[in-house]
Amino acid sequence: MNVAKRSFDAVIVGAGGAGLRAAIQLSEAGLKTAVLSKVFPTRSHTVAAQGGVSASLGNSEPDHWHWHMYDTVKGSDWLGDQDAIEFMCRQAPDVVVELEHYGMPFDRLDSGKIYQRPFGGHMSNFGDKPVRRACAAADRTGHAMLHALYQRNVRANTQFFVEWMALDLLRAADGRVLGVIAMEMETSEITVFQAKATLFATGGAGRIFASSTNAFINTGDGLGMAARAGIPLEDMEFWQFHPTGVAGAGVLITEGVRGEGGILRNSSGERFMERYAPNAKDLASRDVVSRAMVTEINEGRGCGPNKDHVLLDITHLDPAVIMSRLPGIREISIQFANVDPIKAPIPVVPTCHYQMGGIPTNYRGEVVVDNKPVAGFYAAGECACASVHGANRLGTNSLLDLLVFGKSSGEHMVEFIRSEPNALPDIPEAEIDRSLVRVNRLDTQKNGANVHETRAAMQRTMQNHCGVFRFKNMLEQGAAKILEIEQQVQQVEIKDKSKVWNTARLEALEVENLIEVAKATMISANARTESRGAHVRDDAPDTPQHPDGRDDENWLKHTLWYRDGNRLDYKPVTLTPLTVETIALKKRAY
Amino acid sequence: MANRTVQFKIYRYDPDKDSAPYLQDISVELDASDRKLLDALVKIKAKDDSLSIRRSCREGVCGSDAMNINGKNGLACLTDIDSLKQPIVLRPLPGLPVIRDLIVDMTQFFKQYHSIKPYVINNDPPPERERLQSPEEREELNGLYECILCASCSTSCPSFWWNPDKFVGPAGLLAAYRFIADTRDQATSERLDNLEDPYRLFRCHTIMNCVDVCPKHLNPTQAIGKIKDMMVRRAV
Repeated sequence: MNVAKRSFDAVIVGAGGAGLRAAIQLSEAGLKTAVLSKVFPTRSHTVAAQGGVSASLGNSEPDHWHWHMYDTVKGSDWLGDQDAIEFMCRQAPDVVVELEHYGMPFDRLDSGKIYQRPFGGHMSNFGDKPVRRACAAADRTGHAMLHALYQRNVRANTQFFVEWMALDLLRAADGRVLGVIAMEMETSEITVFQAKATLFATGGAGRIFASSTNAFINTGDGLGMAARAGIPLEDMEFWQFHPTGVAGAGVLITEGVRGEGGILRNSSGERFMERYAPNAKDLASRDVVSRAMVTEINEGRGCGPNKDHVLLDITHLDPAVIMSRLPGIREISIQFANVDPIKAPIPVVPTCHYQMGGIPTNYRGEVVVDNKPVAGFYAAGECACASVHGANRLGTNSLLDLLVFGKSSGEHMVEFIRSEPNALPDIPEAEIDRSLVRVNRLDTQKNGANVHETRAAMQRTMQNHCGVFRFKNMLEQGAAKILEIEQQVQQVEIKDKSKVWNTARLEALEVENLIEVAKATMISANARTESRGAHVRDDAPDTPQHPDGRDDENWLKHTLWYRDGNRLDYKPVTLTPLTVETIALKKRAY
Repeated sequence: MANRTVQFKIYRYDPDKDSAPYLQDISVELDASDRKLLDALVKIKAKDDSLSIRRSCREGVCGSDAMNINGKNGLACLTDIDSLKQPIVLRPLPGLPVIRDLIVDMTQFFKQYHSIKPYVINNDPPPERERLQSPEEREELNGLYECILCASCSTSCPSFWWNPDKFVGPAGLLAAYRFIADTRDQATSERLDNLEDPYRLFRCHTIMNCVDVCPKHLNPTQAIGKIKDMMVRRAV
């Protein structure tokens, strides 16, 4: 079949924070760059980040990148790669200042410097006490950041392909990446985007779970495309459940609420985090707080008629602080919980929020398979695994991740493109056909499964079998169920065959990506027989030999899931930082 | 809120098969967890996959699901179903070409947004650290930077309906003032020049539909008034 082809120096898939930050690097270097996005760039899910972006600016008290690095390694439960973590924490002040220069409307201190607030797991002096490290624009930091990054791209004349969905990664016989094949949503026309360097910045896949803070668009498209092209997915068993999603609605309430003094309470009004994390209390890391909440609920101390949530209380805060620092949260509470938090506490439950794993990369943004970079292929942001978050991400490190690794991958793409003067090899026809067959099936499928029902079945399975606490038998059953659901996904049927803005077709293609992520998650989680960070299972309990169930002897390693045969492989964690000493393994306590 | 049946009339048009647009009667069963209009639309789409809408964050911050709801523009994800008179009539945002169903072509809207140079212009070499701004100076940006570009305002503005190619419209002008008001921006005079013509700014006749519909409670009319004041002040 004849497909239109376009040629670029670089193609970026995804126009959230990471994609836009990388695009600035490429466009300002004068390279011909195409940015593809399913949505207008400012509608990407970075827009929903609330609390802040971390950087050891030390604007209101002493801080140091090395302390930030320590906190990040500890937060990751030592699964994060210490070279990438050092790189990120050292770069943080520069990329945040750069963003300020782009026009980001950060809140300000009386000194005129950027306002910083405390956040979970961020401490001074190697774990001593909470430190103000989260640079914030009220509780709309992601919105302010995404708009500032888009605006800088407008200035740089970046070429956007808005409302295009990438379908598949295109590779040469030798494995080199040659670009992507994509569909224009308005017309259903398919085009090949050939490029010397391709960046995936497609975000997370939180929609594999029934209850998620994630947007509808977070369907793991980059992960699905990578998996189908033979790239493994790393550490997919590690999913962050954010402690404070609005009960019932799933909408996020930032940890910045606790940073500003908010307190979690159980049915007797007790500040229960004092029992679980005597030092950091409500500002312990997210996995710790989420588990404490679920324990309270499971032990009958939940709130409400069904005792199924706890309360986030800020009624003791000055209403003026709520209005100036947390105005968006107040809106969300009124809209989605029917509660004005100035007057009454907000009902909250742990809700799927962030994917720590992803496409394996190094800190340069290069995708790494079998210890070697895949020529021409880069990934950054939530879809990538550098790995800086390991088994549990600290709040505000996600916005930092996308700035640092968006920029870093952009820089290395510029270098790579300039070192490749030759024209690109032709794209093998079979690569293009692989994608066309998948799309064309949807036009001819009869008696197939309903997309909505199939997706809902997958989401329920993930929610029930792979949640905050995991159980051996449930993981085993869940893995089997997901493989059954995969059979249905391969036969989903759409009734709408229109060529014009066919959202049924798009959702079917998204479910094909989601199921790859669901399989990677279930199979990786089932295999990891220890507890670490966000992955906690009943058969790996807290023992003197394995505190908190963590088994460094056998499991201090990254999981790699390959789609082909659902094969698992492992690779070592990088414990050696770039310039400082290794942050030595120890039991985590907050 | 309990289980209930809700009646809709939804604007449908698929240029691939329909010769003309029509309003489709749809009734949908909702349960207690369905609170927002978007929840209902997702339920409808689960039964009839051909209904086309844009949606993403479902919490009022991405700006995707703006539409005309019982005659007034707003976001489906922030509109309580039970606050609406039935049948709930849904139409695409007015004044922009319809692509399909509730999806409009927003090219003209974004063109106007881009026309105001929506980025900080500062030609001094960037300092090593952040540019300083007092809390009071930063306060000037509140009510301006929070815009989500949903287009509810511009597509409720008669002046924008009549001259979408010449009048910047409330969203673009709000953004223009956001950069004028930013102490880090050095291009105020260039920005005012850029708006100095009979249409771009001055087609605002303070009808204030924009203020009435903004889902983020912003006030483009006030921002436009401030730009007009600056124009007048620099003319005398």
